Formats: sequence, structure tokens, C-alpha cells
Amino acid sequence: MSPGLQIRGGSKVYPGTQALKSVDFDLHMGAVNVLVGENGAGKSTMMKVIAGVEQLTSGEILMDGRPVHFSGPDDARRHGIGIVFQELNLFPNLSVAENIFLGRERTRAGIDIDTAAQRRETRALIARLEQDIDPDTPVGDLRVGQQQIVEIARSLAQDARILILDEPTSALSAAEVEILFRVIDDLRRQGVGIVYISHRLEELLRIGDHITVLRDGRITGARPMEGVDLPWIVRSMIGEASKDYAKSDDHPFGPEVFRAEDVCLPRPGGMAVDHVSLTLRAGEILGLYGLMGAGRSEFLECVIGRHPHAGGRLFVDGRPLRHRSVAGRIAQGIALIPEDRKNDGLVQILSIRENMSLSSLGAVSTGLHMDLAAERRVVRDFVRRLTVKIASMENPVSSLSGGNQQKVVIGKALMTRPRVLLMDEPSRGIDIGAKAEVFRTMRDLAAQGLGILFVTSDLEELMALSDRIVVMSNGRVTGRFERRDATETDIVAASAKGHAVHAREPAA
Amino acid sequence: MSDIATPARSVAQSTRALLILLKARTFIALILVFAFFAFAAPNFMSAANLVIMSKHVALNAFLAIGMTFVIISGGIDLSVGSIVGLCGMVAGWLILHGIDLGLGWSIQFNTVEICLIVMAVGVAIGAVNGFLVTRLNVAPFIATLGTLYVCRGAAMLFSDGRTFPNLGGNPDYGSDSFRLIGAGDVLGLPVSIWMLIAVALIAAYIARRTPLGRYIYAVGGNERAAALSGVRVGWIKMFVYMFSGLCAALVGLIISSQLVAAHPATGQSFELNAIAAAVLGGTSMSGGRGRIGGTIVGAFVIGVLSDGLVMMGVSSFWQTVIKGLVIIAAVVVDQAQQKLQARVALQAEAGA
Repeated sequence: MSPGLQIRGGSKVYPGTQALKSVDFDLHMGAVNVLVGENGAGKSTMMKVIAGVEQLTSGEILMDGRPVHFSGPDDARRHGIGIVFQELNLFPNLSVAENIFLGRERTRAGIDIDTAAQRRETRALIARLEQDIDPDTPVGDLRVGQQQIVEIARSLAQDARILILDEPTSALSAAEVEILFRVIDDLRRQGVGIVYISHRLEELLRIGDHITVLRDGRITGARPMEGVDLPWIVRSMIGEASKDYAKSDDHPFGPEVFRAEDVCLPRPGGMAVDHVSLTLRAGEILGLYGLMGAGRSEFLECVIGRHPHAGGRLFVDGRPLRHRSVAGRIAQGIALIPEDRKNDGLVQILSIRENMSLSSLGAVSTGLHMDLAAERRVVRDFVRRLTVKIASMENPVSSLSGGNQQKVVIGKALMTRPRVLLMDEPSRGIDIGAKAEVFRTMRDLAAQGLGILFVTSDLEELMALSDRIVVMSNGRVTGRFERRDATETDIVAASAKGHAVHAREPAA
Repeated sequence: MSDIATPARSVAQSTRALLILLKARTFIALILVFAFFAFAAPNFMSAANLVIMSKHVALNAFLAIGMTFVIISGGIDLSVGSIVGLCGMVAGWLILHGIDLGLGWSIQFNTVEICLIVMAVGVAIGAVNGFLVTRLNVAPFIATLGTLYVCRGAAMLFSDGRTFPNLGGNPDYGSDSFRLIGAGDVLGLPVSIWMLIAVALIAAYIARRTPLGRYIYAVGGNERAAALSGVRVGWIKMFVYMFSGLCAALVGLIISSQLVAAHPATGQSFELNAIAAAVLGGTSMSGGRGRIGGTIVGAFVIGVLSDGLVMMGVSSFWQTVIKGLVIIAAVVVDQAQQKLQARVALQAEAGA
């Protein structure tokens, strides 16, 4: 149980931000080292440093007491470090065996790939993970959970001495999580040092030997797991004195503008959204919190009409939404600001003007004829109201910074004169100044009587902005809070519900 | 301060000038080609030759206009050449035989009716392409490759591969005016040129001044974002293939009228010339970018180049090589322009 790898005084500076601030981290061999912290706390950066993907700006890495320098991921791999990234790094068009041996193919005479040997070894690895996956199946045909198993198998195939798992269970079913935990136990006994990152705190309590908590690039807690409980973790994650930015104005809420009843979205092997019901009043900001894969984004997509086969009933101002198409939903007063700005929010090749007016060209057209002058007027008006900083509205939207791009997406949504605004992670990927402006815009809009439903993974943001909070887990609503009664601990606990219940059974 | 600021500004100005030059490159190329042949080929600039040349160019330009919309929307239409052939055969059949319902008599049509039926056939084939792409999720390249073969085969079946000759029409049925589509003049310009002007103006209007046109660009630029913004992606794609089919039908009518005959192999490899004209005119094969005006200039560059080389007596083998080189050069310059344009925009926004 000695530290096999240490970081001493490690700092990592990116242009504009410091992701790691002089951290001292011990990675114990033959133990599970769990790592927690909010999004952006620096967990992933620290792991990337260990895996050789990023290099420290200052400080050093020691292995078995000797300083080492990893020039790249290959270098780290040669030192016996394997990593399973949060985003899957697999090739969907290649088979399971081809994926596992990619870049390290078993060959005869260095040319001919020994497919039989690869298949044999793959089968052994998969059997160790107690799965039934044919090595010849294209990875794209597997469920996401199975893909994650393949990714884990790939690291195992490299005989890693140190294995980093970044949120490995986010897409696994309860049974698959159990198997993974057994494999982790097995590896621990063999002396492998494991780093385990997860937002599911119950999981950490169960399998962790050592815990390290990060906040804003600093380590705020590091100790053996004995005696650690949920409140201690949450306290270390968020800090004793949580910043309390009170709402700038208190305005009375109007009548109900939006109601969802029993919204369901089936997915292979379960429900992505499972009978979600909620209501929203005019002028209210409702925060929707949950872990990755909890079904929050999918719920918003059901509301905007992206999934025509979704079930359930939706009402705006008490009138049922009949149209199934996105265009019909927009016409009835719903607007969505998608999470993935680049792929879902903007047409990068078109100009700022063309992007902003895309959802509301009907308003500047008579019949087939589009009034370009009117369009420019409306866009200029929204650019001013949202304080979008642009040189010319004719420049391509791709030339803007993230924050200004986000404002263009917000402008596009507002131009349709919505009654209900759906915002999926509105502050993702934008700098602090732009964040504050987006939040101020949200409050202004609510004060003007808009109903806002926003999804976030950031607890602080959730507590600061929401009038009411709904927590989702595994597609289900697992908690409803008024802001003044809500505590971080309750919310985190609610967001882990449904995972812990199943995961605990065999252990008991 | 001023001595530092001045060079910076002049750099920006020269960049801007370069950008304008690059944007107008196809037009500049056209002028250069004209100027070159005016010296190199005798009679090139004569009015008669210019009219003949524009008639040649017009055929490709129709197809290229339809193709431009399809490419902007992110697709491709390989079937236009075959639609030209099939529509010519339909026109020929209607003039020679009318529609025989097997009742001992047949229905005959006048010129206007024939044109409307042929155009409907073109639109219908375009609708089939659109249906395959939007409802059955066939990749546009494959879907239109399939219709390319089907239409060509159907054209052959019409006449067992023979030509329909003597499409002079019959005054008794009012179809003798069919010849005027290819041979008639209005105010000194051939009818087909007037038709091209009309179609080009309509297409340019659709592209710049209607929501439909804006949606075509948006769908080609980012289909997911367009769909989430409320654009009915399926209908937009349906429209571009139907419009492309319509353009091809017009070409079928014009060619069979010009030749006073319909041959089932007409229009072979026309789709490639249409794609070339669109690309030369600055249409991006990855969708979202292109202009009708650019496409027309591109069609003229290709047409003038091949006619001029013929007049100079250059062998047709060399003509093909030169055409290929011009297309490649056009795309290379286009890449340079895109890079420069993005840099200028970034600089402008960084300063904002």
C-alpha cells in the first residue's frame, strides 16, 4: 500500500485558466484511489497529466521515488499506465478484437495480422469481464455499456500497473457495475494501482481505499477511506462557506405556462426518460440537475419534439401540444438552447445574421418573399439587447468566441417569442464573464414572465439560479426541492438514487 | 504611434483587395478566357458565334443551377443526364404517338401540354430521388446513381434504343410549334436563352430572398442544427431534387426540339459537367455554400473553353485534359480563399 506514483507541486496552466494549483497527489498501489470534485475542478486534467496526454507546467511526477517525464501517452503506456477516458475512444466500424489491439496488433513477421491470436486473447479478456461479446462484432453494434466494457478490456490487455478509470460506470447497468467492481477487486489484489473517478458518491464509498477531493484545481481533502461519509465529501467538494449569490430581484410568479405529464422515451434495454412530470410557472426558473446520462437532455429533446416516438402529454398555457414536429413546437411557444452548441445549435458556415434569424424567418417574410432589411433590423435589435460583441453580423458565426456564440443561440431562441425556454447546460464552454452575462439574461427573461427550464451539472450554478429544483436519476425524477429548503447534500444524494440501490444488494 | 499603425492598415487593405480578387476569380477567369480566344481564334467574337456558344452553355447551365441547390443542401444528383434523355424520349413519343390507351384511338397534345407533361415527368423523377434520400435514408450518391440507370434504361425501352426522328409536330394537334423551343428567336435572342435567364433569376431569388433558400443553405451547413431550429429538413431536400429534375426536363425539351429528334443516349455524362460548373462557381461539395450567379459564370467558363478550343482546332483529347486542370485549379484557389476569409473574419471579431 505504498505510493507507486506521486505528483509533487504539480501545476498546469492553460491560456486564461490555471487547472491545477500546486497539487501533491499520492497514487497507492494495490488500492483503489478515488478522486472526486465538481466539473472543472481539475480531476481530468490531473489524470491526463499522469497518462502523458498533458504535461505539467511546473512540478514533477515520481514513480517509485524516481522522477519521470512522460513525453506522450505512448511513453506513459510504456511505464505501465493505462487510462479509460470518459468519452469513448473506440472505432465503431472496427470489430471488438481490432479495437482492443489497435496500434499493437499481434502480427506474424510484422506484416500479417494474426487475427486468430487476437480473437483468442480478446475472448479471454471478455470472459474475465464476465461478458458475452463476440470478438468479431463491430463496436458500433454494441450497447454503450458494452462499449465501455470493451474500452476497459483494452486497458487490461496492456497489462497496466496503474489503471485510471474516468467515470467508467456512467453508461453501465447495475449488473455490469457489479462485474466491473469484481474486476477492480481482482486487479487490486494483483497489486495494480487504480484511480477511480466518479460523480456517484455511493460507489466511491463502497470501493474506495483512499479518497482525494479536488476543488478549483486544489486538493481540499486526501485521506484513507475509513470514517469518510457523504457529508464530508460534499463539504470538501463545495467548501464550508458556499458562495451565496442571492437572486437580484424577487418577482411574483405568474400562472402555469408549461406542464409535462408522464413523458417517456424508450431506449434499447430501458427508458432514457421514465414517466417524467413537472410544471413550470411564468417567471420561474426551474433547475434540472442530475448526473451524466440521467436523461435530462433527453427530456428536453422530447419537449422540443426531436424524438417523434416519445410518449407523454405536454401543455403550454394549459393547451395541449399537438404538433410532433420541431417547427410545430416552436410555433406553440417552446424554444430550446441545445447543449452541444457546435453540432446542434449553430450552422457554423452561415453568418451571425443567418443563424440568429433561422427559426423565425416567417416573421420577416410575406408569403415567399423575405424582407432582408427587416431581418437585419430584428437581428441588430437582439444583438444589442443580448450585448453580443460582434464586428459585423455578416461574419461567419464560427469566428465568435464561445460566449458570444451562445448568445447568438439564445437570440435565435428568443426571436421565436417563446413562452417556455429550455436551456441545456447554458454555461458550458464559455468564460466567466460571459457566464455572468448569460445568467443575468436568464434572470431578466424570467422577470419578463418567461418560464425557464435549465439543465446543469454545476451545483453552485443550480443553487444560485433556480427557484425550484428537480433532480433526475436513471431517467426518473428522484427529488423535488424548493430553493430555500434545498441543500447540496440532499441534491447530490437524490442524483445518486437508483444507482446505489442496485449496486448495494450483492455486497450486503 | 502613427508610423506603426499605417503599415498594419495597409496590410489589412492588401488582404482585403486580395480577398475581393479571389472572390471574383471565376469571373476574372471568364474574362481571361474570352480575351484569349478573341485573339487566338478567328471569328470567336462574332455575334453569330456568341449566340451559338450561349446556346451550348445554356444546356449545361440549366442542369448546373439545379445541381447547385442539391449540392448546397449537402447532396448530389447524378441522375440529371439520364432525366434529360428520358424526358427527350417522352417528348418525342408524345409528338409522334400521343397517348394510346388501347381503345382504338389515342390522345394527342399541343406544344404547351407536351411541355407541361415532360416537366411533370422530370419533377416526378426528382421526387423519387427525394423520397429515396429523405424517407428511405439512401445516400444521395447511391440513390441518384440508381435512378441514373433506371432512367437511362427506361429511355432505351421507349424505342428499343432507336431514335425518334422528325419531331416536326402536327399542325392538326397544335404541336408544330414544338420546334420553336430550340429554334425560335425573341428580340434576337434564342428562346432557350430567355428560358435560362428566367430560370436563373427565379433560382437566384429563391436562394437569396426566400426562407426556402435560406433553409437549403442551413440544411447543407448543419442538418442537426437546422432540424432543431424548426426547419423541415425532409421537405427542403424533397424540393431540391424536384427542382433539379425540373431543370433536367427543360434541357430534355430543348435538346429534342433543337435536334428535331430524340435519341435515348442523349445527356450521357451531362451530370459531370453540371457538377463541374457548380464547383467552378464556388459551390462547396460539403454543402452550405454556393451561389447561382457563380454557377452560371462557371458554366460559361467551361462552355467557352471547350468551344474556343474547338475553334482553335485543339484535339478533343487535349480539351478534356485542360477542362480537368481548370476544375482542379479552381478548387485549390477556393481553398485559399476560404482560409483567408476565415482569418479576416476572425481578426475582425477579435477586434470587436
